[in-house]
Amino acid sequence: MESSELKRSKDSVNSCESARRSSFPDEVLERVLSLLKSHRDRSSVSLVCKDWYNAERWSRTHVFIGNCYSVSPEIVARRFPRIRSVTLKGKPRFSDFNLVPENWGADIHAWLVVFAAKYPFLEELRLKRMAISDESLEFLAVSFPNFKALSLLSCDGFSTNGLAAIATHCKNLTELDIQENGIDDIGGSWLSCFPESFTTLEVLNFANLTSDINFDMLEKLVGRCKSMRVLKLNRSVSLEQLQRLLVNAPQLAELGTGLFSQELTIREYEELESALSNCKNMHTLSGLWDATGMYLPALYLACTHLTFLNLSYAALQSVELAKLLAHCPQLKRLWVLDSVEDKGLEAVGLNCPLLEELRVFPADPFDNEIVHGVTEAGFVAVSFGCPRLHYVLYFCRQMTNAAVATIVQNCPDFTHFRLCIMNPGQPDYLTNEPMDEAFGAVVKTCTKLQRLSVSGLLTDLTFEYIGRYAKNLETLSVAFAGRSDWGMQCVLGGCPKLRKLEIRDCPFGNAALLSGLEKYESMRSLWMSACNVTMNGCRLLAREMPRLNVEARGGMPHHLSLLSEMLGTRQTENY
Amino acid sequence: MEVGLKMALKGGGGGDHVGGCEKEKMGFEETELRLGLPGGGGEGGEVVRKRGFSETVDLKLNLSSKQDTSGIDPIDEKVTGLNKEKNLLLSAIDPAKPPAKAQVVGWPPVRSFRKNMLAAGSQKSSSDESSGEKVAFVKVSMDGAPYLRKVDLRMYTSYHQLSDALAKMFSSFTIGNCGSQGVKDFMNESKLMDLLNGSDYVPTYEDKDGDWMLVGDVPWEMFVESCKRLRIMKGTEAIGLAPKAVEKCKKRS
Repeated sequence: MESSELKRSKDSVNSCESARRSSFPDEVLERVLSLLKSHRDRSSVSLVCKDWYNAERWSRTHVFIGNCYSVSPEIVARRFPRIRSVTLKGKPRFSDFNLVPENWGADIHAWLVVFAAKYPFLEELRLKRMAISDESLEFLAVSFPNFKALSLLSCDGFSTNGLAAIATHCKNLTELDIQENGIDDIGGSWLSCFPESFTTLEVLNFANLTSDINFDMLEKLVGRCKSMRVLKLNRSVSLEQLQRLLVNAPQLAELGTGLFSQELTIREYEELESALSNCKNMHTLSGLWDATGMYLPALYLACTHLTFLNLSYAALQSVELAKLLAHCPQLKRLWVLDSVEDKGLEAVGLNCPLLEELRVFPADPFDNEIVHGVTEAGFVAVSFGCPRLHYVLYFCRQMTNAAVATIVQNCPDFTHFRLCIMNPGQPDYLTNEPMDEAFGAVVKTCTKLQRLSVSGLLTDLTFEYIGRYAKNLETLSVAFAGRSDWGMQCVLGGCPKLRKLEIRDCPFGNAALLSGLEKYESMRSLWMSACNVTMNGCRLLAREMPRLNVEARGGMPHHLSLLSEMLGTRQTENY
Repeated sequence: MEVGLKMALKGGGGGDHVGGCEKEKMGFEETELRLGLPGGGGEGGEVVRKRGFSETVDLKLNLSSKQDTSGIDPIDEKVTGLNKEKNLLLSAIDPAKPPAKAQVVGWPPVRSFRKNMLAAGSQKSSSDESSGEKVAFVKVSMDGAPYLRKVDLRMYTSYHQLSDALAKMFSSFTIGNCGSQGVKDFMNESKLMDLLNGSDYVPTYEDKDGDWMLVGDVPWEMFVESCKRLRIMKGTEAIGLAPKAVEKCKKRS
């Protein structure tokens, strides 16, 4: 501790003693609380007493707002005067699947205006499912001289011109993380807007932009940003260019390659292999567009310490995957396409004993003719080989109750279980029964379960199980399931920790909707679309719960779509 | 608390639980979201509502024209009528039946972004292979060789030149003897068989029709136009292509 801080503490101790207000100096309390990072812990702390509430609000530097409609920026600024970092989430998750109308809202601009006035020293902004325009990006770029980190995920409304503004004006930028967004990619010239004197970039992710960038400028940028640890390129960067970049940035910890397919001479191949293996810190690898068995071996030496491998843009076959995984013994997280099939997943079970997270995406999700992909056998194989598995996202075309029972027996520690049987309402393909027992097994066995997505043919029994057993469940996604209001009522009546519930195409109506009045107070959001809820049901709900933010929209044939954003009435829940 | 509804509840009356409300006039668009937050909200500890109930009800209810008769008109619906309406609705839809296999909006729940990225991949590679005006890049693979190559056919003017170039890229082989016009004699099947049996490797190509043909069956210019991809096959495997090659040759002449 510096002497000035000691002095401050002493002064406050003196003043406290003289005021006989508190035996615990504010500054010390603030100092201690500043070590608290979790926003939930902070919320708890703020409830202890008035002194603690104040100490907490003065010491907080990061605020997380899970639903941008739950609170106003003015309120946030009034309560927390010293914020340097903001995370904001906007639209309901189903907006990712085109279920939310355009121009729904979640616009960042009003927030930025308040921040510019109240938080001129803002350093970080992380947005998910927000609408952000180029004007807003420009406003951001010029309003905050200390601005360091911008992360955009699933946002829309902006173009590469907005990125140009950021690159031009943010002199202290350390992070530019443009993940999957609805961005209008006009061209790659934004990258060239970083000034030649600029050297502070540590994270650069433009993997999901499509336009070509000026490689020369990129090479120079990477060359002079010696602290760069995350670099995720887009398709336009070739293997040869990748090699040139890596030679100047062996310190990279996370690499997203560009296109992983190009004719190379033997010498070029060896240079690439060498450049990759020289990245001794590399723990995350992604990109790999169009990668085939041809050049994957170049990665082998680089994979020794890899913990996260994202192959979800490379349609590998099972043999190619198996060969690659033999070199990835430390793998904890793996994302693949279902082109690897069950055989590929068997290789996962054999080679990756430390695996904690597996995501299998469908290579051809919208083609009903396709019959290959992965089945229950692949999932079972992984569960036998990877007992530490706790996060799974699995798209498949067939599943059985018995298989899921086996899987959770092997891996009882699931925290996130997201199973998508792609044909809506499909039963157990062997017994032709509903998949109720599968999800029953999941909630009975996996006591730590926080997130669950269900699919297949499901009666109300599934929801009885969920309501009764899923004590730690926070997020539930339901589609084409259930038989009656009773199903939803079970969930709302059980699941003490439920925060987010999203439902589409289920026969749940007003009675179900209105059975959750008490529950909604502690939840972040509820979505219902193409269910049996009516406008009057919504009106009733809104009338009964005046503090709730209820939004309803008609238009679907047969029944109304109800789009609701609910907020907790306790302020602390929202942070 | 006062509640405002835009439309009068028709057929309402005494039993209507929304009694005591005023019927205000509002001009909100469908799903319009209010970002104007009530700034003068409560004290520090209180949560401020985003929008009053009166502002949130969506009132563009164009349902009657689009709906089945089994659908409900919520304007007429009373609170006490909920159960009845639920039954009506349930009879209209059998939830046990999965929807038809037509494309369902937003299903499976794959981010449209991811869908586009995968589609972009396949599109891009196919456009790479189609011949442009100036260049005619085709992929060349050789059975047993680990590396794919690409050649620009327009850089060569004859099979001989192509043969030389390929020989440099891969281990040696020959296209074989060509006739006086630089074109193989494909008219005689047995002669062709002999030729193929004698070679270790034989170049084949995929033409515009998607057929795999033996290189050298057509004049050079025609070959450049129609060749989509090259594959250097083992001679013994290429024998299977011989009859097709002969047939196609005969058809052309």
